[in-house]
Amino acid sequence: MNIVRNMIISAVLLGLFAITGTFFVSYTHENTIERINKNKRQALLKTLHVLISPKDHDNDIFTDIKKVTNKDLLGSKKPVNIYRARKNNNPVAVIINSTAPDGYNGNIELLVAIRYNGELAGVRVVQHKETPGLGDAIEETRSDWITKFKHLSLTNPEKKGWAVKRDGGEFDQFTGATITPRAIVKAVHKTLTYYKKHRDSLYE
Amino acid sequence: MSDTNYKQIINNGLWVNNAAFVQLLGLCPLLAVSNTVINGLGLGLATTLTLVASNVMVSLIRHWVRPEIRIPVFVLIIASTVTIIELSMNAWFHELYNILGIFIPLIVTNCAIIARAEAFASKNSVSSSLIDGLFMGLGFTAVLVTLGAMRELIGFGTLFQQAHLMFGEAARDFSFTLFENYRGYLLAILPPGAFIGLGFLIAIKNIIDKKHQARDKVVSAETVEVTG
Repeated sequence: MNIVRNMIISAVLLGLFAITGTFFVSYTHENTIERINKNKRQALLKTLHVLISPKDHDNDIFTDIKKVTNKDLLGSKKPVNIYRARKNNNPVAVIINSTAPDGYNGNIELLVAIRYNGELAGVRVVQHKETPGLGDAIEETRSDWITKFKHLSLTNPEKKGWAVKRDGGEFDQFTGATITPRAIVKAVHKTLTYYKKHRDSLYE
Repeated sequence: MSDTNYKQIINNGLWVNNAAFVQLLGLCPLLAVSNTVINGLGLGLATTLTLVASNVMVSLIRHWVRPEIRIPVFVLIIASTVTIIELSMNAWFHELYNILGIFIPLIVTNCAIIARAEAFASKNSVSSSLIDGLFMGLGFTAVLVTLGAMRELIGFGTLFQQAHLMFGEAARDFSFTLFENYRGYLLAILPPGAFIGLGFLIAIKNIIDKKHQARDKVVSAETVEVTG
């Protein structure tokens, strides 16, 4: 009898602690979720605005989203967000959240900003798991490699040039890391190809 | 608790019973994030905060928890604390969270925290548990920063790179390059470098301790001679 009583008391105590713990966590969650979403939104907006200046558009770029799926050209099985910038209802640019699926260590998530005429307004890496000290030079805070995409397009350079130097192209690789820049160059080129094929439907 | 006891707790946390050097606890986060000084400092401070919070809470409830369910209760407390810290930081210190965010879930895997709950906080008063958590955390932070400095220096040839992520724009100048045109030494940055570096640090600590012991022996032998 005593053993059973002890077990029940222990179980009830443990249950009470679980309920208290859950209560505090959900209370914090309830009180922070709004702020966290606001922070995330602002952080993303900041990156989007680095690529497309706030002067160049007058719509709410954050909510003017189209979702598309194209595993071959955008690198992800999941729907990809396309942020659209417009001024006076005229298309200005899109920012495509595409993925380079063949990084050294898995997916590299990109933001590729393309002006209406097909010229790159810029590229940024949002998320990656590349080797620290080697592949992570793709981050804008670590080197200026990623900024060199600005003003390039499908015709500048020609298709042959869209590769790292080791493969006969025009892009620098990093010492000790060729796979990472190769993956990004390929993904940006594919994103541009996608844009060319679907440009007008993207702004609808 | 008397002052001498606090002194002992502080000494224990920082040196004698250092979580990383002596107890060899929390190696997973230690080895994963000690590639630069700033990363090490970030994880160290977040761990210290968790240690203090969990030690205080475990100490507060130490009379109500039955021994047979204490471990699950500690796990609950630590997991809730870490989650609450993570959510609050994300909400109110978003910039800092962007840098430390990836380390915070790693803190749950740090067995140093549950070890302190079990070995110290569950048996001692709230105030001494707080001091214990604080100095165990600072001792851990010191090792992280030292290891981070070693690896950053050998691996990148710099110190304090990306300090601005933690201390704001004004700290951009903190970072300095020791060797110009240093090509980097990859081994130091990758996980094996962390193991080798930690091994060296532990060896150095043991040498220092041995020397101290030897000196203490000599001193006591001399006293014996003088008085004898």
